Amino acid sequence: MTIGLNNYLILSAILFSIGLYGALAKHNAIVILMSIEIMLSATNIAFVAFSRFITPTDLTGQVFALFAMAIAAAETAVGLAIIIAIYRNKETIDANKIDLMKW
Amino acid sequence: MGQVIAFWIFAVAIVGAALGVVLLENVFRAAILLITCFLGVAGIFILLSADFLAAMQILIYVGAIAILVILAIMLTRELSIGSPSNKFKIPALIIAGLFGLGIILTVINTKWLINTTTPAPTTTSGLAVKLFSKDGFILPVEIIPTVLLATILGAIVLIKDKKK
Repeated sequence: MTIGLNNYLILSAILFSIGLYGALAKHNAIVILMSIEIMLSATNIAFVAFSRFITPTDLTGQVFALFAMAIAAAETAVGLAIIIAIYRNKETIDANKIDLMKW
Repeated sequence: MGQVIAFWIFAVAIVGAALGVVLLENVFRAAILLITCFLGVAGIFILLSADFLAAMQILIYVGAIAILVILAIMLTRELSIGSPSNKFKIPALIIAGLFGLGIILTVINTKWLINTTTPAPTTTSGLAVKLFSKDGFILPVEIIPTVLLATILGAIVLIKDKKK
């Protein structure tokens, strides 16, 4: 048995589904952010797997994974800053209680 | 054969750690398992002969993002509350399951144009040419620092204590 493109893509799909469940079903805003990080990692696996198996000599897929990593780092920094700012104002990071813009 | 064993070890480690992140009630343990998950993804990158990306994964995700997440957990003191599931637990499970099933069925039923050329042993110089050459990705490479600068400024402004 050999490991082909399908194995990596199915691993990526399972990881993305786990992250999607976490992002939809959790109270804690930090855990939601962690789930989003898991989803971004899953897409990175898919990018690199396609790059390895479809165009092995052309590194375009890996370049896209690099940009995704840079954007993920920026997103985490701003997201955690927003969470800490909300905690200062409301003393909670429960996503169900952060409802200032809900009517 | 070694590659097959390594793939399954990494795959089981990644999926188990990710399940732990979304199922555990203790936020700090979830953060530690998130680090395990990122390390497993770095191993998968090495199996896919993307050595530079594996190093970047460890530097950026394990080194920077995990530390940020743990710092945020400590600053917000929500350890006692933990991370319970909300009332959408069952619908979220159904949506995520259907989504994963759909993607897996699509992947299995698609005929991919597999190219069996062996990739280059190291990718660093190839990536450098791809990123910085004239007909490469030089414009996105120029835009990324602007995004990161805006991020740093935004994070500082958001965190700053306004009471003084």
